[in-house]
Amino acid sequence: MKFIQSRFWWIILIVFLLIFPLVSSSLSFLNNATEILIDALFGVSLNLLIGYTGLLSLGHCAFFALGSYGTGILLREASISIPLALIGGAFLAAVVALAMGYLCTRLTKFYFAFLTLALSQIVYIVVVKWVSLTGGEQGLIGGIPHPPIRLLGFAFDISSRLHFYYFTVLLVCGSFILCKMIVDSPFGWLLRCMRENQARTQFVGVNVRRYQLGVFVIAGVFAAISGGLTALNLNGCYADHAQWLKGADPIFMILIGGMKTFAGPMVGAAALVCLNTFIGAYTRYSALILGAILIFLVAFARMGIVDFILLQWESLRRFAGKKVVPSVPPPG
Amino acid sequence: MNISALFDCFTSFSGLAPQLTTSIVIAMILFLVASGLSLIFGVLNIANFAHGSVYAIGIYMTYTVVSATGSFLLALIVAPLCAGLVGFASERLLIRRIYEAPHLYQFLLTFGLLLVLDDLVRLIWGFSSKSIATPLIFQGPPLFLFGSPIPRYYVFIIAVGALVGLGLWLSLSKTKMGKLINAAASDPEMIEALGINVRLVYSLVFTMGAVLAGLAGFLASPLRSATPGMGFSIIIESFIIMVIGGVGSIGGALIASLMVGLLRSFGTIGFPDFELGFVFFLVIAVLVIRPWGIFGIPLE
Repeated sequence: MKFIQSRFWWIILIVFLLIFPLVSSSLSFLNNATEILIDALFGVSLNLLIGYTGLLSLGHCAFFALGSYGTGILLREASISIPLALIGGAFLAAVVALAMGYLCTRLTKFYFAFLTLALSQIVYIVVVKWVSLTGGEQGLIGGIPHPPIRLLGFAFDISSRLHFYYFTVLLVCGSFILCKMIVDSPFGWLLRCMRENQARTQFVGVNVRRYQLGVFVIAGVFAAISGGLTALNLNGCYADHAQWLKGADPIFMILIGGMKTFAGPMVGAAALVCLNTFIGAYTRYSALILGAILIFLVAFARMGIVDFILLQWESLRRFAGKKVVPSVPPPG
Repeated sequence: MNISALFDCFTSFSGLAPQLTTSIVIAMILFLVASGLSLIFGVLNIANFAHGSVYAIGIYMTYTVVSATGSFLLALIVAPLCAGLVGFASERLLIRRIYEAPHLYQFLLTFGLLLVLDDLVRLIWGFSSKSIATPLIFQGPPLFLFGSPIPRYYVFIIAVGALVGLGLWLSLSKTKMGKLINAAASDPEMIEALGINVRLVYSLVFTMGAVLAGLAGFLASPLRSATPGMGFSIIIESFIIMVIGGVGSIGGALIASLMVGLLRSFGTIGFPDFELGFVFFLVIAVLVIRPWGIFGIPLE
């Protein structure tokens, strides 16, 4: 167990991410990798809510859009640096998340999920109707200014895909490290307690609502960073990103990749991007295929890829006679 | 914003009447879809996101039947029937698996089903929009209410909606089957112990819900052209009505539909850009103040 979950794999991954553009000259690979990283952050942020706290939030796309538009608008209207714009977008999302979370955490289960959906649709309506600020349904096309970023002694010029890739790696991996720290902290363990038995956690004396509000805001911030990066990646902001359908993307990732592990949504993001590219190349009916996969996974293979692999690894180890502490609860 | 137009509307009955009837027409169609959704949630405890696509199937089937045979009456029978069949098949094959599952999986399965059905509609009927004209029977001179013309078809929709609503309420509260459904909603284990086939009741309720949505599609078809993606657009409003009216309540669904219909209709005049926003504000207000809706059972 320790080996497969050890830092070793993370280091390998980071090294791989840093090295591969130098080895492969494929631009589409680079673009895909960038997209996967950004989407993975979105997925991981939602998994903080769904996988670790047990809160099914259907409106997470709102924070993504707030980050996206926040960053885009700040860069267009005020000439500030990109990191500051990203922080601005994240701040906007944090404020909205505070308000949304305050209203939503009063409810449970379906009503919670539906209120997040309804509130996110308000964000969508604001985005679509405030045409002077957001460009309405078309979004902010026409480019987002990207002054070079001076960070850690490097100057990243985002117009270069390579530079943008490395900037993304830096930002996303940094965010992942932060998220992992949060999840492994006592705060994170309390979230897991609330997922397993909210009433009992409340009885022990924990202010469940406050923690839920906290993780709601944290998740919103990381989603906003993902959104801001997307705006830079696509050189524009699109109203579609605030629609509740977009909010289903990270949920797919969490389902496909597995929600009980930290890396699950990352694998899910990779799978989703690959699926979309692959399916899109062959047929117009991508929703049909995606929906069918979703149905299949829920009906037959709920746990997702990473959880599945971990379980197989554990049963192998048991078979080999080694003592195993289950890391992933058995399916059910 | 166009507040003056809104006030003009209120100053005279002849201004008010067409808006009121439009509201009620919208409300009736939404009511049929939402009551099916509410029933399914109330009895099976499943938030069925695929309910909207059954509505879409109703509209498309009506289009097919009418363009193939020219008979609106035939469509009245075929469209809800097809919708019911799709609902029955979904329940038997898929929905069964998630009765006891956590809400996340319920959402994912029904959402996946929504995607599949919506794309199947695109596969079968294509990407362009289809429209049918108001059937000949209803193309006569409009009726007059307070001096303003009301299309005959609107009267038909309101009549059908009211009749179905009444029939639904009566059968749920007065007949034996209705009592079984109520019992299954409150304590399925108990009635299973009493020897009733709960699975069958569940299938029946799900199919009923689908038939209602199909009927709503049939009624709506002359009013709007069938476009792919209709499933998505109506499901949110149906959930809104279900939440406002209270889960499992037909009367609540009716009142909530009327509220939404009125908000949409009058909202479009006064605030042409924002009428959907009002509906969302309403449901948010309900969720904050009284989450179980008008006629729902208070939680905790």
